[in-house]
Amino acid sequence: MDTKLKNYIVKENGDIILNMGPQHPSTHGVLRLEVVLKGETVKQVVPHIGYIHRGIEKMCEYDTYKQIIHLTDRMDYLSAHMNNEAVCLLVENALGIEVPERVKYIRVVLDELTRIASHQLWWSAYGMDLGALTAFFYGMRDRERILDIFEESFGSRLLHSFNTPGGLMHDVHPNFQKHTMEFVKYFRKKLPEYHQLLTDNVIFRNRTQGIGVMSKETAIAYGVTGPSGRGSGYSCDVRKIAPYGVYDQLEFEEIIYDEGDSFARYMVRMKEIEQSLNIIEQAVDKITDGPYTAKVKPIIKLPEGEYYQRVETARGELGVYVVSDGKKFPYRMHFRSPNFNNLFVLNTIAKGHLIADLVAISGSLDLVIPDIDR
Amino acid sequence: MSGVIKYFADILHGIKTLWGGMRITGKYFLSPKEIVTQQYPEIRHKQKIVYDRFKGEVIMPHDENNQHNCTGCGVCEMYCPNGSIEIITKKIPGENGKMIKVIDKHIYHLSMCTFCGLCIKVCPTQALAWGQNFEHAVYDRSKLTKVLNKPGSSYKGLNKKKEAKS
Amino acid sequence: MHDRIYDFSQLTHHIDQALRSVMSPTWTVITELVIIGLIFLGFYALLGLFLVYAERKVCALMQNRIGPNRVGKWGTLQTVADLIKLLTKELVYIKRSDKFLYNLAPFIVIVASFLAIAAVPFAKGLQAVDLDIGIFYIIAVTSLGVIGILLGGWASNSKYSLIGAMRSGAQVVSYELSVGLSLLSIVIFTGSTRLSTIIASQADGWWIFKGHIPAVIAFLIYLVAATAEINRGPFDLPEAESELTAGFHTEYSGIKFAMFFLAEYMNMFLVAAIATTLFLGGWMPFHIGHWDAFNRIMDYIPSIIWFFGKVFFIIYVIMWFKWTFPRLRIDQLLKLEWKYLLPLNLINTIIIAFIVMMGWYF
Ligand code: SF4
Ligand code: SF4
Repeated sequence: MDTKLKNYIVKENGDIILNMGPQHPSTHGVLRLEVVLKGETVKQVVPHIGYIHRGIEKMCEYDTYKQIIHLTDRMDYLSAHMNNEAVCLLVENALGIEVPERVKYIRVVLDELTRIASHQLWWSAYGMDLGALTAFFYGMRDRERILDIFEESFGSRLLHSFNTPGGLMHDVHPNFQKHTMEFVKYFRKKLPEYHQLLTDNVIFRNRTQGIGVMSKETAIAYGVTGPSGRGSGYSCDVRKIAPYGVYDQLEFEEIIYDEGDSFARYMVRMKEIEQSLNIIEQAVDKITDGPYTAKVKPIIKLPEGEYYQRVETARGELGVYVVSDGKKFPYRMHFRSPNFNNLFVLNTIAKGHLIADLVAISGSLDLVIPDIDR
Repeated sequence: MSGVIKYFADILHGIKTLWGGMRITGKYFLSPKEIVTQQYPEIRHKQKIVYDRFKGEVIMPHDENNQHNCTGCGVCEMYCPNGSIEIITKKIPGENGKMIKVIDKHIYHLSMCTFCGLCIKVCPTQALAWGQNFEHAVYDRSKLTKVLNKPGSSYKGLNKKKEAKS
Repeated sequence: MHDRIYDFSQLTHHIDQALRSVMSPTWTVITELVIIGLIFLGFYALLGLFLVYAERKVCALMQNRIGPNRVGKWGTLQTVADLIKLLTKELVYIKRSDKFLYNLAPFIVIVASFLAIAAVPFAKGLQAVDLDIGIFYIIAVTSLGVIGILLGGWASNSKYSLIGAMRSGAQVVSYELSVGLSLLSIVIFTGSTRLSTIIASQADGWWIFKGHIPAVIAFLIYLVAATAEINRGPFDLPEAESELTAGFHTEYSGIKFAMFFLAEYMNMFLVAAIATTLFLGGWMPFHIGHWDAFNRIMDYIPSIIWFFGKVFFIIYVIMWFKWTFPRLRIDQLLKLEWKYLLPLNLINTIIIAFIVMMGWYF
C-alpha cells in the first residue's frame, strides 16, 4: 500500500474523517454527518443538511391556507396530524373561529394516537440502531393497529391532511371510538413486553446510561425541546405551558427526567406513551355528537399582521409563524421545526464518545430529516 | 467483600434481564399464531385489504347511462395545490340553440397528486370520489395521466334539465 | 449389538477394503482423500444453504413474520436462489485497493473454517482425522479466520471496513482465551485432547451433567465466548450494521461476499459441533442412570441424528441470542471478557481441577 493511499484513509495527525450518510442505515434519512474520529473516538460531528430541501416555506407563499395543510404533512411525517393542527389553530385563532367541541376532542385523540405511533416507530428504530433487530418488528406490529384506525377514518395511513381550518375534512368513521379503545386495551397489554425486551436489558442499559449527557443549560441554549429536552429536566411541554385545544381540561403529567442521558430521553418517551394512553381514554368518551367543522369562508384571508402558534409534536415544539398582508396567500411563512434544533446539539453531546455511541445518541434525539430540511 | 458480592450480583442481574428478553422472543417463536404478515399478492383475492375510505386515486363515478356529475366548473382545478387537475371544456349547442359549456376532458395527473382531498371536498356537485385501487405502478410516467370522464359520457344534469322542460 | 447397526466404521472399513483390493496403498490413500474432500465440499455447501434458511426462518418466527415462503415449498429453495443471484453478481472492482490481499481474504476465511471441519466427529466412526490434539487443532485452525477478516478490512481501502476489521482483531484475540479455558475444563475432566476419547468418556453421562455446576458454567461461558469469537450478534461489532454499514465486508460483492457469509455460518456450525462434542456427549445418546428400557430406546436413534440434533439445538440458541439482544459496544465487549468471563473462567478451572483431584464426579 503506497503512502498516498494511507493519507487517504488516515490524516497526518491520526484523524479519520468518516462520512456517515447521506445513505447510511442509522441516520434515518438523507442526513450526512461528517465525523472526525481519533481511533473510534468521536472528536467532532458536523451535520450537513439540505439533501431533502423542498422549499416548503417558499411554496407556502403561493398556497392558500387550506392548501398549506397538505404541505405541513410532509415536514415531520411522523407527526403529520400535529403539524396540520398547528396551521389550523393559527388560522382559527387569527380569525376567531369557534371550533366545535367534537372536533377539539377528536383532534386530541388523533394527536395522541399520532404521538404513540411516532414513539413506537422511534422505539423500533432505536432498537435497531443498537442492534436489537427484533424490537423493530414488535414496534411496527403495534403501530400498524394505529395506522389501521387512521386508514379507516381518513383513508390514508401516514400523511392524512385531515385537519382543515375550522375543523376536519370530513367526519371520523362511526367505529373510530370503538377501535381506538380496543387499541388502548391491546397496547396496554403489549407495553410491558417493550420494557422486558429493551428497557430492562442490561446490554441496552449499558449502551444508553450515561451516554450523551445533555445538561439543562445546553438544552435551553440550543433550544432542544420535546422528549429530548425533557430528558434533561427542561420543562417544555407546550401542552402544559401554553395549552391549546382542550389539553387544559385533561389530566396528564409532563414527564421530566433530570439525568439528560440517552436513557433518560428513552424513558421520557416510554412514559409519554403511557400518558398518551391515559389522555386518549379520557378524551374518547368526551367526543360528543355535533358538526365536524365550523362554518368557514371558502377563501380564507388573514387580516394584516403577524401570527404565531406553537404545538407540541412528537419531537418537540413546532412553531408556525405567518406574516399576512391581508391577501389569500401568506406573505411569509416560517416553521420553527423541533428537529432542526435537536440535531445541532449532537456535536456538543457526542464529543468524546465512541462511534457506536454516536449512533445511540443521534437515535435518542429522534430525528426526522425532512423536518430539518423542509 | 461487598465488592465481590456486587460483582456476582451484577452478573446474576444481567443474566436475569437477558433471560427476560429471551423469554419474549422465545414465546413468539413458539406461537406461530401471532404472525401478522399478510401474503400480499394472494390476499387481494381473498379479502378486502383496504378500508372503504382508502385514498387510492381520484375517480369520477359514472352511472349506468355513462353519465357523471361534473359540470366543468373548474373549482377543483383551482383548489388543487399541485396543479394535478386540468379541466378542458367545450361548447355544445344547448336546448334553445344557445351554446353551453360542458366538460370535455377532466385530466388528472396521478403522479402529481398528494391525496389532500381538497378537490373532492370542494366540488359543488360531488362529481369526484376516492377510488380504492392502489396498484398504480406503470412503466411509463405518461400512463399516470388519466382522463377521468369516460369517452362519450355526459353531464347528468343536462338530461334533468331537458326532462324538466319537456 | 444395536450400537453396531449405526457404526460407520464398518462402512468406511468396507470401502477401504474395496479400494485397496483394486489399487496400490498410496493410490488408495489419495483416492480416499479426494473422496472425503468432495464429500466435505458438498456437505459444506448444503449445510451453509440450510443454515442460512434456518436462520431466516427462526428470526422470522421470532419477529412475527413468515419468512421465506416463495421459492419452493415453504421457501426451502430460497437460499439456492440467493446463491445463484450471488454467483451471477458483478464483482466490484475497487480502485486503489490492495488487489492481491483483497482477493485473498475471503479464501483465508473460508479455508480456516473448512480445515476445522475435518476433525469433527459426526457420528460413531465418522470422523475424517482423529488427531491426538483434536481440540487444539480446532481452536488453532478456527482462529486463522480472523487474519482473513483483518486483511479484507485493510485491503479494501474503506474506513468502515478498516474500523470493522480492527474491532474484529481485538475481539477474537480476547475471546480466544475464554474459549480455550472453558474447553480446557473438559480436558481436565477427561485427561485427553483426543476428541474420540472425550466422546467415549461420556458414554455414561454427558459432561454437562457429570461435571456438576462448574461444567455448566464452563458450558455457558463457552457459548458466550464462542458467539463472540465468530462475530455473531450481539457481538457482531465487526459488521455492526447500524454503525459501519457492513463492517469489514462492506466493499465485497458477489461470490466473495458469499464466502464471508458462508464462513460465518460454518463457524457457527463448528462452534456448535465443538460444544456438542465436549459438553453434550457428541453423538452419544441420552441416557438416564438405570432406566434400562429408556436407555435402550435411546440407543435405537442413530448416532448421527443425536449429533445433529444437539448441534442444531445449540445453533438455535446462538440465533436466539442474536435476534434478542442489542449489540455491545467495543469497550463493553472487552470489559465483558476481561472483567467477567476470564476471571470466572480461571476460578472455574481451578475448581474443576480440585474436583477432579478429589474424584468428586461420576
Ligand atoms: S387530492 Fe389534492 S392533490 Fe390530488 S388532485 Fe385533488 S386537490 Fe389535487
Ligand atoms: S369535478 Fe367538480 S369541481 Fe371539478 S370541474 Fe367538475 S364539477 Fe367542477
